[in-house]
Amino acid sequence: MHARSLELIGLSKRFGEFVALDDASMRVRAGTFHALLGENGAGKSTLVKCVIGYQAPSSGDLLVDDKQVSFDNPRQAHRAGLGMVYQRFTLAENMTVAENMVLTRDPMPKVVNWREELRALTKFMDGMPFRVPLQSRVHDLAAGEKQKLEILRQLYLGRRLLFLDEPTSVLTPSEADEVLGLLHKLTRTGELTVLIITHKFREVNAYADHVTVLRRGRIVGDGPRESMSIADMSRLMVGEQSVRSPAPRTERVDAPVGIEVRDLHVADDSGVPAVRGLSLRVRAGEILGIAGVSGNGQRELVEAIAGQRRYSAGSVQVAGQPFVPTRHNLDALRVRVIPEIPLENACVPRMSVRENLALRSYDKPPIKRGLFMSRRRLEERVDPLIARFQIKAPSPAAAIAALSGGNIQRAVLARELGEPCSVLIAVNPCFGLDFAAAGEIRAQIMDARNQGAAVLFISEDLDELLQLSDRLSVIYEGNLVYEEVPQNIDLTTLGTHMAGHSPAA
Amino acid sequence: MNEALGLWGIPLAMLGGMIRASTPYLFVSLGETLTERSGRVNLGLEGTLLLGAVSAYGVAFHSGSPWLGVLAAFGCGLGFGAVHAILCARPRVNHIAVGIALMLFGTGLAFYLGKPLVQPQAPNLPALGLGDWSDLPAVREALRVNPLFLVGVALAPALAWALRTTRLGLILRLTGESEDAALALGYSVQRVRLFATMLGGGLSGIGGAFLSLYYPGIWSEGLSSGQGLIAVSLVIFARWNPNHCLYASLIYGAAGSLGSALQSAGVAVSHHLLAATPAALTLLIMFITCSPDRPAQGAPRELSLGT
Repeated sequence: MHARSLELIGLSKRFGEFVALDDASMRVRAGTFHALLGENGAGKSTLVKCVIGYQAPSSGDLLVDDKQVSFDNPRQAHRAGLGMVYQRFTLAENMTVAENMVLTRDPMPKVVNWREELRALTKFMDGMPFRVPLQSRVHDLAAGEKQKLEILRQLYLGRRLLFLDEPTSVLTPSEADEVLGLLHKLTRTGELTVLIITHKFREVNAYADHVTVLRRGRIVGDGPRESMSIADMSRLMVGEQSVRSPAPRTERVDAPVGIEVRDLHVADDSGVPAVRGLSLRVRAGEILGIAGVSGNGQRELVEAIAGQRRYSAGSVQVAGQPFVPTRHNLDALRVRVIPEIPLENACVPRMSVRENLALRSYDKPPIKRGLFMSRRRLEERVDPLIARFQIKAPSPAAAIAALSGGNIQRAVLARELGEPCSVLIAVNPCFGLDFAAAGEIRAQIMDARNQGAAVLFISEDLDELLQLSDRLSVIYEGNLVYEEVPQNIDLTTLGTHMAGHSPAA
Repeated sequence: MNEALGLWGIPLAMLGGMIRASTPYLFVSLGETLTERSGRVNLGLEGTLLLGAVSAYGVAFHSGSPWLGVLAAFGCGLGFGAVHAILCARPRVNHIAVGIALMLFGTGLAFYLGKPLVQPQAPNLPALGLGDWSDLPAVREALRVNPLFLVGVALAPALAWALRTTRLGLILRLTGESEDAALALGYSVQRVRLFATMLGGGLSGIGGAFLSLYYPGIWSEGLSSGQGLIAVSLVIFARWNPNHCLYASLIYGAAGSLGSALQSAGVAVSHHLLAATPAALTLLIMFITCSPDRPAQGAPRELSLGT
């Protein structure tokens, strides 16, 4: 078996009026590591989904190994040796790793001989530079392990052309190198062709042979990687937009403590301890960044502070007082939370943009009038926020779920930061956003800090953590294991701590 | 006669009652387990149960063969399951609402079809005398077991095995876990759910046949008294595991037969109060096993019951 080549000729995809992919033609040579760049909504995912048969292209031709093909569903593409690692996990959470691997076999045996399958799987895992425990339930795996499993699964099936949609977003830098290094090696031996969608220039520079850039559904750049600098690539991706950079830090000395957490213990959904005796303290006008591979207790920590989850021991203090996270206290002490995946965790998806923006204020004067709510005053109060935070919505009355990721994020930010706050907790606020949107949101967080908020900033993006944090800490298995000011941090040390290996300490 | 056994008569009568009363629970809960593992809830099984009961009774009465009746009930359940699945496959149709509608529709239809069947006596299913070695009539009575019970007992581990090792079983679980994953692998989620809902309905139909053709072995409108619904909640208690469905059904069967067992031993307790035992047990178990910090573990993700 040999690596497959791929060619698109005039591929287009329209959703009603909207053109997601416009006359795209490109060639991916066999045995190359090809990077596909572009901002969110540029059409990268649409392009690969059309190729793999997950969506039907509206027009255009597709050639695999120079033969014209068209796939009605992913299974046909799989038979031709094409495989795909989606941005969202496509694993069955309540099934074991082995079951998930076997499920993708095609044809899958009518009756599975588990002893035989496990032997084959073990043998395969032994030949890989990293492995995932076969008998574990996927639910019990860390996000990084799930991503590795997605990739191992494709390799186990002997794919010859692999599409990867932002595969390293949940991996530590060293894990990313393990995974991409393996894929890269397979392209060198001519066993595999890789088309990878990524936002990370570091990975492009380290591994890619060839780069294609998409903007608004059109191919705007294509060439060998050596022919493009990082500046070229980002200019092609962003076009003429300008990216706002955060305001410079204002220094404050001896600021009071904004939020303090002492010896906090929190259990996860299955009752297993997720946060184990964690303590932290953030002063007003300071950003404490927390790095870590997802699944190390970040979610439980934030939910416990925000009152969405009970903690079994420890204490949370805001402004020097024990903090009981009721709606009244969150408001009185001006504690604001921007959780991850805001559409799910901080919005009512089917309510309008306006209503979502008023969730903190609808039950207080001036919007509240006696027993009723004044629609007019709600609009008067909220509409300026839509303009100030540049939320692009078809109309303020449109359901918030209809907005793009960046605009939903901006809307939540507008609600939480529309008024000065004293404590801000933000989790992955720029996840999946394009340059311009991410830059804007980072600048807003820095503004909040400069206006005196104590900011607890949890993220999986090391670049933004290093950029924004005053102090940077690492969360590992429910505890903070490292703290340093960003100027003194190198990525290797940070990565080792994130992976749970503390260098001789 | 029971004097010879004294108070031993109570557990013995309960054993017999448990075996008899657990069978409908077992079939309905196994069927619903299949349906829910594919990512859909069919609340209409109460209706399917009654429809199965009346069709079994009618066919047995007119053909003279109770086994033909069981077959008719199975077919009827398959059809009713298909109605549920096809309606739910339409965009923006809610499976819970469809289930409730079909529960009421099925019940009404069964009552309508059953009007002429209240009086006549259809031939009942035979029982196996597993206790015939004993001299004690109470033991013999308790161990008169219907073949359908044995089929159900064998079906539970068979289904557990199928869900673990067969292609169909694994794909069925996959659609229940993640629609996206199933689509990414190129499986038709709706077709898998159609299959699972039909089979679930078919099994419930057999549960109904047991009611009208064996125990109590007549057709009346109060035949099911919510057993179909209780069996659906039993699936949650059994954590979507067919083997646990067997144990749970036996417990419910025992609770349901507590009244007659006490009566046979001469203990007088209000009949109506005892009839509520399975429902009370349901509430009690839900109360004990639920926890706000631990959402339903093992729940198929597509049901959106867990996190």
